[in-house]
Amino acid sequence: MAESHSPLEQFKVKCLALCGESGQLQAFSFTNASLFMVLATVGATLLMVYGMRQRSLVPGRLQSLAELSYEFVAGMVRENVGPNGRQYFPFIFSLFMFILFSNMLGMIPYSFTVTSHIIVTFALAVVVFLGVTLIAIARNGIHFFTHFMPAGVPMWLAPVIVPIEIISYLSRPISLSLRLCANMLAGHTTLKVFAGFVVSMIGMGGALSVSGILPLIMVTALTALEFLIAFLQAYVFAILTCLYLAEAVNMEHH
Amino acid sequence: MPQLETATFLPQLVWLLITFAILYVLMAKVALPRVAEVVDGRKKRLEHDLEEAARLKRETEKAIADYEQALAQARARAQGIAGETRTRLSADAAALRARVDAEIAEQTRTAEARILAAKQQALASLTSVAADAASDVVARLSGAAPATDAVNAAVAQAMAKQN
Repeated sequence: MAESHSPLEQFKVKCLALCGESGQLQAFSFTNASLFMVLATVGATLLMVYGMRQRSLVPGRLQSLAELSYEFVAGMVRENVGPNGRQYFPFIFSLFMFILFSNMLGMIPYSFTVTSHIIVTFALAVVVFLGVTLIAIARNGIHFFTHFMPAGVPMWLAPVIVPIEIISYLSRPISLSLRLCANMLAGHTTLKVFAGFVVSMIGMGGALSVSGILPLIMVTALTALEFLIAFLQAYVFAILTCLYLAEAVNMEHH
Repeated sequence: MPQLETATFLPQLVWLLITFAILYVLMAKVALPRVAEVVDGRKKRLEHDLEEAARLKRETEKAIADYEQALAQARARAQGIAGETRTRLSADAAALRARVDAEIAEQTRTAEARILAAKQQALASLTSVAADAASDVVARLSGAAPATDAVNAAVAQAMAKQN
């Protein structure tokens, strides 16, 4: 079982149900990734629906948390997008909660981190990218393309500026998805590596066993850091979406 | 690296679509309107309560102002009544005094008149008494009674000299 000691083993997608013959994955195969997507959805829904069940004037703990999430994302949308962003608030909220719950559930030992898979984060980023682009074209029409040729730039710079702006625009979904995925991947791998050190150093026996405390301290500190990153990356994903959206809905007409 | 196993891509995308779509619908249709209702309701309630408090404060201030105005009016009226009463009482007293003075003056006048009358009567009777006495004295001394007219004239002359 040398394979199971690999720090990347935790990211393996395993089929749990609806598998094809000889364990091959099919389109609807229910994997551990699917399970944690469902758990993230259930978790977010429980917090927001079960947490708000009393609709108290003076909120309890769970209701405070639900309202805090609401106010946090609503404030983010209000400040970054403005009144035009109101209709996109449910999407950004769902995005934030889905990523936050996926990241947080991934912190549970032996669990699976949905957002550590590039295909998932890339799909989310592509949805954001396509959505924002379509909104921008729908709202601004031909003016959308002035984005690639900012006002005031001399005409002879166009051959340089326009390709740069287009590449920068097209690289948005890549940077957005890679940032989240790489953060999750690196964090969880580091944790696993240091946790492996604890086991192997204790396993050496004698005086060396005692030194196993050092990577343990490291793992503890890293775990705290990972919780911060889990929140921070959900925030970064949501706020970048807001900024892209703000550009689309508040584009100035020259 | 498990992330690069392309066979896992399709089921992950399919389940991402399913779960995220469900989450979006639940959030947009159920959870967020509910939270918005509670949060907005609380905001409205707070605003309403603050307005109510401000209104009550205004009412209190108005009541205090009314009270002070009423107090000032009552004080002014009390002073008015007191002044009026004082004026009326002093007028009454003055009238009474005037009446009493008048009565006293009247009585004094009557008494003086009576005294004067009594004095004149006394003087008159004194004249006749003096005449009688003078007649008697003359009769005793001369043995003959004088004429009444002569006696009366002599007495009147004597009394006029006296006065």
